[in-house]
Amino acid sequence: MIPLGFGRRAFRRVEAREADFKIALVGNPNVGKSVIFNALTGRYVTVSNYPGTTVEVSKGKAKFGDKIAEVIDTPGMYSLLPITDEERVARSILTHERPDLILHIVDAKNISRMLPLTLQLMELEVPMILVLNIMDEAERAGIRIDVEKLEAILGIPVVPTIATSGKGIRELRERIEERMGEEEWEPSKVKLNPELERAVSEVEESLEGEYDVPKRFVALMLLQDDPELGAEVRSREPNPRRVEKKVSAARASLARSPVYAITMQRQRAADSILDQVISFEEARRRRFSELLGDLMVNPWTGIPFLLLVLYLGLYKIVGGLGAGVLVDFIEGTLFERYVNPYVTRFFEAIIPWKILQDLFVHDYGIITLGVRYAVAIILPIVGVFFLVFSVMEDSGYFPRLAMLVDRVFKRIGLNGRAVIPLVLGLGCDTMATIVTRILETRREKIIATFLLALAIPCSAQYGVITALFAGKVISFAIWAGVILFVFLLAGFLASRLVPGEEPTFFMEIPPLRLPKISNVLSKTAARMEWYFVEVFPMFILASVLIWIGRVTRVFDLLVKLISYPVRAIGLPPETAQVFLYGFFRRDYGAAGLYDVQREGLLSDAQLVVAAVTLTLFVPCIAQFLVMGRERGWRTTLAVVGVVISISFIVGFTVNLALKAVGFG
Amino acid sequence: MAVQVSNQAQELLERIWLETEEKGREEVELDRLGISPEDGALEELIRLGLVNVSEGVLKLTPQGYEEAKSAIRRHRLAERLLVDVLETGYQLLEERACKFEHLLFEGIDEKICTLLGHPKVCPHGNPIPPGRCCLEAKEGERVVAPLSDLKPGDKGKIAYLQASSSKELQKLMAMGVLPGAPIELKRRFPSYVFKVGYTEYAVDKRVADQIYVRITD
Ligand SMILES: Nc1nc2c(ncn2[C@@H]2O[C@H](COP(=O)(O)OP(=O)(O)O)[C@@H](O)[C@H]2O)c(=O)[nH]1
Repeated sequence: MIPLGFGRRAFRRVEAREADFKIALVGNPNVGKSVIFNALTGRYVTVSNYPGTTVEVSKGKAKFGDKIAEVIDTPGMYSLLPITDEERVARSILTHERPDLILHIVDAKNISRMLPLTLQLMELEVPMILVLNIMDEAERAGIRIDVEKLEAILGIPVVPTIATSGKGIRELRERIEERMGEEEWEPSKVKLNPELERAVSEVEESLEGEYDVPKRFVALMLLQDDPELGAEVRSREPNPRRVEKKVSAARASLARSPVYAITMQRQRAADSILDQVISFEEARRRRFSELLGDLMVNPWTGIPFLLLVLYLGLYKIVGGLGAGVLVDFIEGTLFERYVNPYVTRFFEAIIPWKILQDLFVHDYGIITLGVRYAVAIILPIVGVFFLVFSVMEDSGYFPRLAMLVDRVFKRIGLNGRAVIPLVLGLGCDTMATIVTRILETRREKIIATFLLALAIPCSAQYGVITALFAGKVISFAIWAGVILFVFLLAGFLASRLVPGEEPTFFMEIPPLRLPKISNVLSKTAARMEWYFVEVFPMFILASVLIWIGRVTRVFDLLVKLISYPVRAIGLPPETAQVFLYGFFRRDYGAAGLYDVQREGLLSDAQLVVAAVTLTLFVPCIAQFLVMGRERGWRTTLAVVGVVISISFIVGFTVNLALKAVGFG
Repeated sequence: MAVQVSNQAQELLERIWLETEEKGREEVELDRLGISPEDGALEELIRLGLVNVSEGVLKLTPQGYEEAKSAIRRHRLAERLLVDVLETGYQLLEERACKFEHLLFEGIDEKICTLLGHPKVCPHGNPIPPGRCCLEAKEGERVVAPLSDLKPGDKGKIAYLQASSSKELQKLMAMGVLPGAPIELKRRFPSYVFKVGYTEYAVDKRVADQIYVRITD
């Protein structure tokens, strides 16, 4: 699962009983950790930020025999020597929380690449089970693994599984149960070459302090210049200077960098183990999925495919099914016909003052506006979007999309990886702004945040906009073309202006897989839950602010202010109000436009200008608050200032251009 | 070669290069080099006008600078050749490289350099001064080349990684891109897609430039 930085199966109650036993799931990204975690834990799960970080960790409880175990799903890690925040958190869980059992989950066909991590983990001297997951793909590739022999060589249980079909999970549970009783633990250790062994033992012997982890592990990390353990040495050693000297001497005695030498030695050890346990058969014939994968990454077929995905996924499913059918039913039928009239009558009956009634009902009330928008309009649209997004995620389309667009994205200061937040922005820009966390540099985060605020319309917004342009294909095409152009141009300029290092692109491409329905549904549900909990209060807040703004007449002033630029771009002054309300709900702006248009106040040209300007105009209040939290207020205010200016400049230009060609 | 320099004198030139150019100094004391003013190799260098010595401090002349640069280059190219193509272990490397480097004259160094894909660092990670062939980016028969120069379908083994920082090296290695692993380039456009073992990776040109492949068929 892509670590989006917010809850997966969030907000469920944990069983009260204390755990007797702690199990950590460890492994590379994309090896099926989440699926196995779900299979083991069932319903009792919490997701929380790891202390002091934005990395989220899922914990759940599971019963093994008569014991309760706490199961921790660690973020994906490639090595115990961390590079990313995820890896730092994963290692920290292993070294500080000291689990009683580690399940190392690997992708069986890639065992030669992943077994070195098994060997590293064994240096922690924690009881361990090696899980060979995704056995189905390994078998299809013609890879045979002698599991019993591997167990004998490693000295730990090895369990083959196919997590998605549940195969092997029962055996895994049994093996876990067995291990829970055991105290003894006799790991086999990898011997490095004599030169390295000498260096390691010299450092190891110089250590006098108490550590949570074996001293050999500490020594290995120090040799590889790990800053965290370096700090630990300074706090735990009576004479840290002496240790540091030993480490430098040991490092100097080696011909190659210790990271390089140790990694190579481990790989060699893993290869020589695998030589004894792996055999190869003829791989089955090329699969359809490989062919499809090739089509997705070849620009000639990949770009049409992308357009097809956008058309079907966004226009047909999110726009048509979500914004059309579902909203019509929930909003049009349920709310308009039953809920709104009922609550309006109710509040009118119990509150005698019109002003106070307005807080709850009528045009902008908490219930008739806030709740109605949240539940009847946004939730169905965003929910359908998350469904589409989860299918794309689970099938492995995103890495392919990332490689397809990397070159273009480099021009706008981003790397291919940024497609994930940007596509998510087409669902909800607020959530996408949070997900810019997965980008590596601050520069990329700022550029992505800026582009999300400016030129990525959220699903609620384009849901209404597609309705606005119903039957006006040319107008719609102009709108889409202008937004795309502004996106590219603004990104290009931002990449010139925002300082910082150039991004690099390096991504693993997992095989295309048929999405698993239960996985897709649980991810969608988790995201909708998150959305509701995070964003629902903002709707209420927005309704209250609108009420205050109207009661105090501040809004009249603001509307008057906005009406100047609005007139400058050739729109009727009535639309000024739409822009103001657009800040409280981006989509509301678009919806307001819909009303203005229905009154026949807008020509086709004006409609295009208004839709363009509104799409580019400031983000909604929720996104604004999240931007402030994630990027800091100075950056946020700067971004908002730039966004407002650009939106009116573009609106102005489009207006002139359309007039010049005599459109509408 | 404009002048004929003996092997001992070439080795001394290399040491002077290490002490001056690579430490950012202009000159070096004889004491630091551990040689006496009567040293034979030193006298040879002075006679050929490659170094000046005054008051126990030694300085390369412009001609000596060029000569030292190409000696270092030959030594490190020899190391690359020994490690990447002849698969010599590190224990024997130094000794053999010292012998080998003296064979790389009169254009042979350029041929070897081209064959190795114009490497920029020696196996120990020290820079190889670029020769004329590198600046002209000569193409030709190659045994080792950066991934970015391969054609789709080309296969080989990863010879070495030349990451610009140790973090990047660490990341490549942790993700399974290790010297010795079999590699196949699958596509070059729009990004480089390659396969190591059963895993596919997509990278940009900058990363593809860092992966040197020993090409096999
Ligand atoms: N074919 C197959 N696919 C699997 C298996 N286990 C997991 N997957 C798929 O692998 C992908 C990554 O799984 P996930 O649990 O999200 O990986 P994580 O990043 O390790 O948490 C998903 O598309 C899963 O459906 C398996 O045993 N066989």
